[in-house]
Amino acid sequence: MSLLTVNENGLFCRQGDFYIDPWKPVKTAIISHGHSDHMRFGMGNYICHHHTVPLLKLRLGSEQIVQGVSYGEVLDINGVQVSFHPAGHIIGSAQIRLSYNDEVWLFGGDYKIVPDGVSTPYVCVPCDHFITESTFGLPIYNFPDPAEVYADMNAWWRANASEGYNTVLLAYALGKAQNVLAHVDKTIGDIYLHGAVANVNDALIDVGYSFAGRRISDGLRRHEVRGALIVAPPSALATPWLRTWTPYRIAMCSGWMQLRGARRRRGVDRGFVLSDHCDWQQLNQAIVQTKARNIYVTHGYEQAFSRWVREKHGLQAVVFKTLYSDQEEEEL
Amino acid sequence: MIDFVRMFEAIDTTTKTSAKVDAVLTYLTLAREEDKVWAIAILMGNKPKRPVKTADLRLWAAAAAGIPLWLLEESYYIVGDLAETLTHVMPPRKVTAIPVDLSLFQVFTDVSHMRLASPDEQQDIVLRYWQMLDSTALFVFNKFLTGNFRVGVSRKLVVRAVAKYTALDEATVEHRLMGKWNPFEESMESLFNPDLQSQKHFLPYPFYLAYPLEDDVDALGPIDEWILEPKLDGIRGQLVLRAGELFVWSRGEDLMTDKFVEFQPLKDILPPGTVIDGEIIPWKNGAPLDFAVMQTRIGRKNISKKALESAPLVMVCYDLLEWDGEDIRTKPLWERRGKLITLLADFPVSDVLKLSQQLAFDDWSAAAAYRREARRYLAEGIMLKRKDSHYEVGRKRGGWWKWKTDPMTIDAVLIYAQSGHGRRANLFTDYTFAVWDQGELVPFAKAYSGLTDKELLQIDRWIKQNTIEKFGPVRSVKPILVFELAFEGIQRSTRHKSGVALRFPRILRWRQDKPASEANTREDLEQFLVKAGSGNSTAR
Repeated sequence: MSLLTVNENGLFCRQGDFYIDPWKPVKTAIISHGHSDHMRFGMGNYICHHHTVPLLKLRLGSEQIVQGVSYGEVLDINGVQVSFHPAGHIIGSAQIRLSYNDEVWLFGGDYKIVPDGVSTPYVCVPCDHFITESTFGLPIYNFPDPAEVYADMNAWWRANASEGYNTVLLAYALGKAQNVLAHVDKTIGDIYLHGAVANVNDALIDVGYSFAGRRISDGLRRHEVRGALIVAPPSALATPWLRTWTPYRIAMCSGWMQLRGARRRRGVDRGFVLSDHCDWQQLNQAIVQTKARNIYVTHGYEQAFSRWVREKHGLQAVVFKTLYSDQEEEEL
Repeated sequence: MIDFVRMFEAIDTTTKTSAKVDAVLTYLTLAREEDKVWAIAILMGNKPKRPVKTADLRLWAAAAAGIPLWLLEESYYIVGDLAETLTHVMPPRKVTAIPVDLSLFQVFTDVSHMRLASPDEQQDIVLRYWQMLDSTALFVFNKFLTGNFRVGVSRKLVVRAVAKYTALDEATVEHRLMGKWNPFEESMESLFNPDLQSQKHFLPYPFYLAYPLEDDVDALGPIDEWILEPKLDGIRGQLVLRAGELFVWSRGEDLMTDKFVEFQPLKDILPPGTVIDGEIIPWKNGAPLDFAVMQTRIGRKNISKKALESAPLVMVCYDLLEWDGEDIRTKPLWERRGKLITLLADFPVSDVLKLSQQLAFDDWSAAAAYRREARRYLAEGIMLKRKDSHYEVGRKRGGWWKWKTDPMTIDAVLIYAQSGHGRRANLFTDYTFAVWDQGELVPFAKAYSGLTDKELLQIDRWIKQNTIEKFGPVRSVKPILVFELAFEGIQRSTRHKSGVALRFPRILRWRQDKPASEANTREDLEQFLVKAGSGNSTAR
């Protein structure tokens, strides 16, 4: 009997009688991170990393019963040793390690092995069974060095500002937005935050984070703003709100921007290839480094990637059908 | 090559037409002379034929990337563009900067050399470039090797930039760039120096294209200011007779002289310095045949006697652009048409050249009635041309309008979906539709266009959640969604499972109000066939 199985509610640990990132209401839910496809409403009680707690309360309401834990701290749940380890995906994101009867299972959740300068960097956790995502699990996804991308981004903002244009960056409110704010050159101009981004930033103050940028207030005379940076979630695209920043140039920050079609479809001026997931090389690297013999591939290109893992690495690899989003598009 | 890549990036990162024109102009100003004709050719879609098999490119790329071929194919489904796929699978590597002196001319010399080389030699050349180039430059190079290179700049904008650069007017530039000219044989001088134009006696004039009529027809003023003609469904073409030679050009600017052999005798009958514009169409017993008949002609390399008999071509002539060696495009249409009528009467050409019929109506409502029933008259609608209109260059509003009859429509069920290409890559946007036939759904049409981006996204999500089976890039989906399809014609076909082939099917709207059970049936399609009066395509 496997320690972890998928049922209609989510990823289930029978021995421990708990779920990881369930999609239907259950009694005990262990939450890997604060994106909405992993942290859903209606669980009896939630267990997550300390830094995810304020995000959970922001999203699901302050009345939720939440237990915060630290990275490395071990919980004993009905004999199963459960611990959280940095996943490097967003602030508070964790890989969930389960140990029982000398067998170690690891749920990677969403993870990224390249440090983003904001979230606690990823740590490789050796295991026997590894459940991995595959959002960018095809060889066409090779992300550039983020340092180069941020240099491009700053140069673009500077050029726009010098021509009197505002710069709108579309970045997911939780994760990408904070990364962008940590890396833009604050000397170029003013930074304004869409409410969704500002809400996340405010929630994270309690756990010790602070980010550049001002929430857009009602009193701001937007038509007088020039050369500023505006950080907004992708849902702001093609809304009347956007027009209030005219003249502006607009870019989308996402791993999908690697493909021309994806960028052109959105009709943005620029696409910055920035992701909070692993690219192809990094996924392969992570899998090999865990030394796991059994790989379970979830959300993304699970068919192709599991076949590749079997053929290339000679590992047992199967598809785990979950309801996690493979869109890397997160709205708050 | 580097400056071309920079121009491509500049065009690709803006949606503003003025910025695109500037990018091309800047390139033309800076590029070396021998590269300019190449850049113009590529930007206008006049690229040399594919020099290598794409199957070979896939194999070489998979080997270079260290991945199995099936994984490259999977990736291609997602990217939706082969050149881009080949670019992305190349593992990140340190590329020595592109040699600054690599000229576009040199690249195309190598590319065209490949066409005649052995597969091993082809591979060597391709791999050498793959090692030398990365990111956008690699992508652009791969685009040179594979299918169409749509750069994101229209022909019109290229013409505008070249006109600015050469200080010629746009119509002249458009004229000089007609046809599939060979960049190896041309220079900026030979293309644009007016003194060298007499050698270009084969060139057609840029076609004048009509917009669909948008406003109410009454807004066009008195009907007697207009010439009305049936809009036929053939191939728009120009007959160019000059210096004892005949050239037949299609509106796609392909030289079709060898395929349309019927017109050959004209070179001994009509005087040189004659250019006629019209519709080339299969014709028998005094009436046009269906377009499907034409298609059997176009695809063939060698035209058999049988094909000539079953699909004889004529040109239905509607305009005279050159007469007695004189360009008469700025004379009013009534005058050009008058000369055309005289010409067709004076010379024994009636077996292959017909005069386009001028329709006479008392008023617009009579014209509207004809248009509604146009299919009965073997037409797709009416062409409206102002009597005093000039023959303009390209698509222009005002002088000419096309007023097509309403399409036929049918409600069909979505049963298969496939991801699209280009900006629709990685989105399920190519659909196969079915109608009911005795309780079963039979596929009968594919359609790609007609939905909004928002609907496409919605349907894409629905397809992912309602997939029954995946076959490579294709998914079968639960037969639930109903769409109203429009089409221009219907034919019996032995090549299609449903027994019919539609002409230009597209999606009119998503029938969210209709359950699949209420979609149309095969019998309904049969009714259209009966009404169209085409039991089979040739017996008309």
